[in-house]
Amino acid sequence: MAQSSVISSKQTDYISPARRTTMGVVFLVMALTIWFGFVISTTSDALTTFVLYPGGSDVVVADLIFASRPILNILAFLCAGLGAYQLAKGFGKWTNTLLGVVAGLFIAAFLVWGSSGTSLNLAGLLKVAVVRAVPLTLGAFSGIFCERSGVFNIAIEGMMLTAAFCAALFGSLVNIWFGLFTAVLSGILLAYVLAVLSIKYKVNQIISGTVINIFATGITSFLSAKFLQRHSELNDSGRFTTWNIPGLSEIPFFGPILFSHNMFIYAMFIFTAVLTVLFFYTRWGLRTRAVGEHPKAADTLGINVNRTRYISVLIGGAMAGFAGAYFVLGSVGRFDEVMTAGRGFVGLAAMIFGNWNPIGSLGAGMLFGFADSLASKLAILKVPIPNKFLEMAPYLVTMIVLAGVVGRGQPPAAGGQPYEKE
Amino acid sequence: MEPVLELRGITKRFPGVLANDQISIDLKKGEIHALLGENGAGKTTLMNILYGLYKPDEGEIFVKGKKLEVSSPRDAIHAGVGMVHQHFMLVPVFTVTENVMLGDEYLLPGGLLDRKKAANRILEISQQYNLAVEPGSYIKDLPVGIQQRVEIIKLLFRHADILILDEPTAVLTPQEVNELFSIMKKLVEQGKSIIFITHKLREVMEFADRITVIRGGKVVGTTLPKETNQKQLASMMVGRQIELNIKKEAAVTGDPVLQVNDLKVLNTSHQVAVDNVSFEVRAGEVLGIAGVQGNGQTELVRCLTGLTRPVAGKITLLGKNVTHANAKTVKEIGTAHIPEDRQKDGLVLPYSIEDNLILNTWYEAPYARRNILQRKVILDYANKLVKRFDIRAPNALTATSHLSGGNQQKVIVAREFSRPIKFLVASQPTRGLDVGSIEYIHQRIIEKRDQGCAVLLVSTELDEVMQLSDRIAVMYRGQILAVVDARKTTREEIGLLMAGVKQAAV
Repeated sequence: MAQSSVISSKQTDYISPARRTTMGVVFLVMALTIWFGFVISTTSDALTTFVLYPGGSDVVVADLIFASRPILNILAFLCAGLGAYQLAKGFGKWTNTLLGVVAGLFIAAFLVWGSSGTSLNLAGLLKVAVVRAVPLTLGAFSGIFCERSGVFNIAIEGMMLTAAFCAALFGSLVNIWFGLFTAVLSGILLAYVLAVLSIKYKVNQIISGTVINIFATGITSFLSAKFLQRHSELNDSGRFTTWNIPGLSEIPFFGPILFSHNMFIYAMFIFTAVLTVLFFYTRWGLRTRAVGEHPKAADTLGINVNRTRYISVLIGGAMAGFAGAYFVLGSVGRFDEVMTAGRGFVGLAAMIFGNWNPIGSLGAGMLFGFADSLASKLAILKVPIPNKFLEMAPYLVTMIVLAGVVGRGQPPAAGGQPYEKE
Repeated sequence: MEPVLELRGITKRFPGVLANDQISIDLKKGEIHALLGENGAGKTTLMNILYGLYKPDEGEIFVKGKKLEVSSPRDAIHAGVGMVHQHFMLVPVFTVTENVMLGDEYLLPGGLLDRKKAANRILEISQQYNLAVEPGSYIKDLPVGIQQRVEIIKLLFRHADILILDEPTAVLTPQEVNELFSIMKKLVEQGKSIIFITHKLREVMEFADRITVIRGGKVVGTTLPKETNQKQLASMMVGRQIELNIKKEAAVTGDPVLQVNDLKVLNTSHQVAVDNVSFEVRAGEVLGIAGVQGNGQTELVRCLTGLTRPVAGKITLLGKNVTHANAKTVKEIGTAHIPEDRQKDGLVLPYSIEDNLILNTWYEAPYARRNILQRKVILDYANKLVKRFDIRAPNALTATSHLSGGNQQKVIVAREFSRPIKFLVASQPTRGLDVGSIEYIHQRIIEKRDQGCAVLLVSTELDEVMQLSDRIAVMYRGQILAVVDARKTTREEIGLLMAGVKQAAV
């Protein structure tokens, strides 16, 4: 009996010649921009100062001072070299990775140029990036819970906004912990609405999510205008205090950036680990992912598809509620109308960019957070770009990333489809 | 000996249909019992009842003498009944281990998954029953033959000893079919019992111990392979005398109609699906493309009919370069297309028969004048075609979604064949159709060939390719491994090519 010799039939990704050339040209254009945009407008004796100490810590690190022009030249040469190689031979399957590298070099050049003749607080920039990543990453985690089980949740924005409102109100009325509790609870309640609409009544999930977003914007704006803005004692919840992790926060440079924050930032890192274990190493995770990929297969093995989805969506709602609480209890200590400003949607983008993966989503959240932080820092430097354009940076990065520059991910196959037994 | 499984008087009604009518069958220990019937005869409904996916309206099920109450697949599995579905119930992005243990996971003391223990158990099973698999590989990377083994292992992992295989050979190469049957032999030798659902006569004759034929939801009869023959089984299955072999004359070939040179096409996930393919189709011949599904046939057809563009290569149709032409241009040069998925790509289901019949000629005279549809002309035309192509429907205004699969396909054939065409691409033209419709469609295709049309037939049904084609090209992983003369080749030769085995001398 002849055994089939074919056990696996993996196919390789195909990078078309056109794409190869385009990427090469993109790399070269970046090199030329560094030369003609940055090098020429930098005087030959200008110095760039990178401050490596964000402030508020005992560990002081000396500033990094160097001549701007030679460094810019080196960066431009690196870009040009990579571009030339890409045009001549091509990096094959590493093309997308190289695009990331070149983009990184370009941003470095931009920072060197922007701060030539003055100083840039690099440590501060990174520290803010970590902070700004929090709502995005937690929002992405909320999305992961829902979508991994096969339910689209575009209502994360609305859940976060409602949660932020509850955190401010109940944080002011009772205490900060009760504020956090009600925030999470409000997320769960809205998630329950989403779950009933999407799972039980099989409403189109984009519509049910949008409805929740509109509802959340309306109700929080109304209640805020009616009460919170008029009685300031109702809108003064206080914040979770910064807690320096003993030992770790004293590491030069990295310590203050990573280990001198309030509990939301630590929660983000802890949740990353918890979600990874939960989804990929436990029975619950295996079953939930199966339901999101192939609900019928799960059903034939005795897994209750709809119950699994309800549970996942509710946990996702709790996560969105926690993320919403951050805006008030982890950041400004008060509620403002529509204060989430689309962060829930950027969180969804982070989830997609992170390939529905907790670690990937953390990375994506960090990237978007960095863009956010960069925009606010550059506004202070003398960069000749209007402020409003700089504020677009995080959203611009999101769009470019989602437009598929980085290659497509693998969404759960049954996402958005209500499960029907025949 | 007492049967391990007995179904008594199972009846199941769906709105307007009596899917199962008082069906009684039994299965003995160590037996391969074939359930033979056409699509829509009620075989799958019956097995879904046994498996707890449907509730029967009447009737009882006994497993090893005990009455079985099934309300979910889980109950069936616990009673030792397991099913390999026609469409595999496997999660493509999971590994073999994850798929097998899903729902019955092994856990480590801390509550985490014990993948290692499950993998070892899988290897044990695979050795015992000769089911070679790699527990760590991902389902999406495995050929369907191996995926099917994973499905069988899933059942054995749960200690099932009554196995139901629903159309298990539909997606396999002839060699894989033989492997499957040797696996089935091994399973019954070790005390398992198998119900094997199929509509393929050859297989039941070769491999079944007992055959039960079902037609229109009723048991027509039970027989043994040595007491019957294919022709008798076919007429039991269809209910009338049936011609199994289509008659055709030798081909009278003319000039090349289609020439394809070094064609390269990507699939939707940007991987090479058609890899440097060259061939030609001449007027008056049928070139059959054989191959297991997913070896680039879909992408090839989409490219030839102008639905996608190739990344390299050249297509010449009747002397014109149509490499980058769109579907309309290709159609206007004289191409007809019977698409693989008739409901998705062949018809606009909510539209009426008449609208579907002018779907690619609506803008031409006499159907449209100054951009206004001429309803009366169209209706007359549609009525004519409905009669000529024997489309069974109340009238030409019936929505095509209300038609049976066979009649839907006739609408497409009527539309495509009523134009002056010179090149026909027929992709899976008889998939899922009843024997009567298959006979009809085959005759129409041969008729077109005899009129001097060049025909490209793509089918995963080897019997169909062998019957209709004059030459056969075998596709494997995007390449055409060989083009052989249909009269001189054998099933075995094609089967080996379909599995990617190229022999030195043919």
